[in-house]
Amino acid sequence: MSDNDSLWAFVFHLSLLSLLAIGGVNTILPELHRFVVLDHPWMTNEQFTALYALAQAAPGPNVIFVTLIGWQVAGLAGALLATLAICGPATVIAYVATRLSTQWQHLKWFRLLRSGLIPLTTGLMIASAWLLTAASAQNVLSYVITAATALVMLTTRINPLWLLALAGGAGAAGII
Amino acid sequence: MDMKSGKLRPDDQGTVQGSPEPKVSVRELFWAFLLVGLSGFGGVLPFVRHMLVDKRRWLTSAEFTEVLGLSQLLPGPNVVNISIYVGARFAGAAGASAALLGLMVIPIAIVLCLGAAYTRYSDLPAVANAFRGIASAAAGLVVAMAIKIAWPVLRSGRTITIAVLVIVAIVILKVPLVWTLAVMAPVSIVWIWWKTP
Repeated sequence: MSDNDSLWAFVFHLSLLSLLAIGGVNTILPELHRFVVLDHPWMTNEQFTALYALAQAAPGPNVIFVTLIGWQVAGLAGALLATLAICGPATVIAYVATRLSTQWQHLKWFRLLRSGLIPLTTGLMIASAWLLTAASAQNVLSYVITAATALVMLTTRINPLWLLALAGGAGAAGII
Repeated sequence: MDMKSGKLRPDDQGTVQGSPEPKVSVRELFWAFLLVGLSGFGGVLPFVRHMLVDKRRWLTSAEFTEVLGLSQLLPGPNVVNISIYVGARFAGAAGASAALLGLMVIPIAIVLCLGAAYTRYSDLPAVANAFRGIASAAAGLVVAMAIKIAWPVLRSGRTITIAVLVIVAIVILKVPLVWTLAVMAPVSIVWIWWKTP
C-alpha cells in the first residue's frame, strides 16, 4: 500500500478497535476481517486466515496477529504502527485504572460491570470462532480439520503446535 | 535504570496483611516479561500466572485473580493489561513500559520473520496448501477456546440471550462492533443489576 492516507486510516481504526477489544484481540476478529478484507483491498480471506495461523504458531501474546496484519498492509512501518495502535489507547487506560485503585474487586459496580460484560465477550468469542472457520474453509475437509482440532483440544492436553503441524502436512500433501 | 520503584509503590492496602510488598526493579520487570513473552503458544496467560505467582512471588494467587478480573474488564489484550498493572504497581510508568516492551519485543521479531517467510514462499503451491490446512486447524483452536469459555457462562436465560444477540448482530447482520457494544453492554449490565438483590 503506497497511499499514506489509507495507512493513517488503518492506524486510526486500529486505535479505536483497541478501546473496543474487551476480552482481548480474539473478540475483535470479525471487525478486523471486515476492515482489512471486505472494506479495503489489503488482503484476501486466505491471507487473513494464514496470518492468523502464523500468529497462533508463534510464541507470544495473541496481539501479534495485529502486528502481522500491519506488516501485510504496509511493511515494517505498518507492523510497528499497527502494534502501537492496538496497544496504545488500551495501555493508557490500563495505566490510569491501575493508578486509580488497587481494590477493584471489592467494589460492587466492578463486579456488576464484569458479570454484565461476560456474556458479551462470550458471544464475541463464538462470533470470532465462526468467522475464522468460515474464512478458512476451502471444502468439506476444511471443516473436518477444524472440528477435529477443536475436539482434540477439548479432550486432551496436547500442545496445539502438533495439531497445526499435522494439518499443515495434510494440506501440503494436497488433501485439502 | 529507574530506581524510584520504592517511592512509586502504591500504598499497602492492596497487599495481603503480613506479607511485605516485594521490591522489584525496572530491569527485573523487563527480563521477567521477556521470558514470559518467549514461552506462550496460543496465549501466554498461564505462563504469566506461573511467573508472577509461583516463580517470582510478586503477587499472591488472590491478587492475580483480582488483576486478571480488572484486565478482562479493560479494553485491550489481557496479558498486555496485566503487564501494565504489574509494571506500574512496582515501578510506575517506567516499570509499565519495561514490562510491556519485554513482553512484546521478541514475539514481534519472531512473527515478522515468519511473516516475511510466508510472503516469500506463499506462491509455492505446497506452501499455500499447507497454510490452508494450518488455517483450518488454527480456527479449530479458537472454536475450542470459545467452547471452553462459553460452557460455564451460558447457564442462564439471561447470558444465553445476550450471547446469541451478540452473535446474530456480528455474524449474520454484520453490525459494526462499536454499535453492538454500545447497545448490548448497557442492556446486559442493566439486566444483571436489575436481577441482583
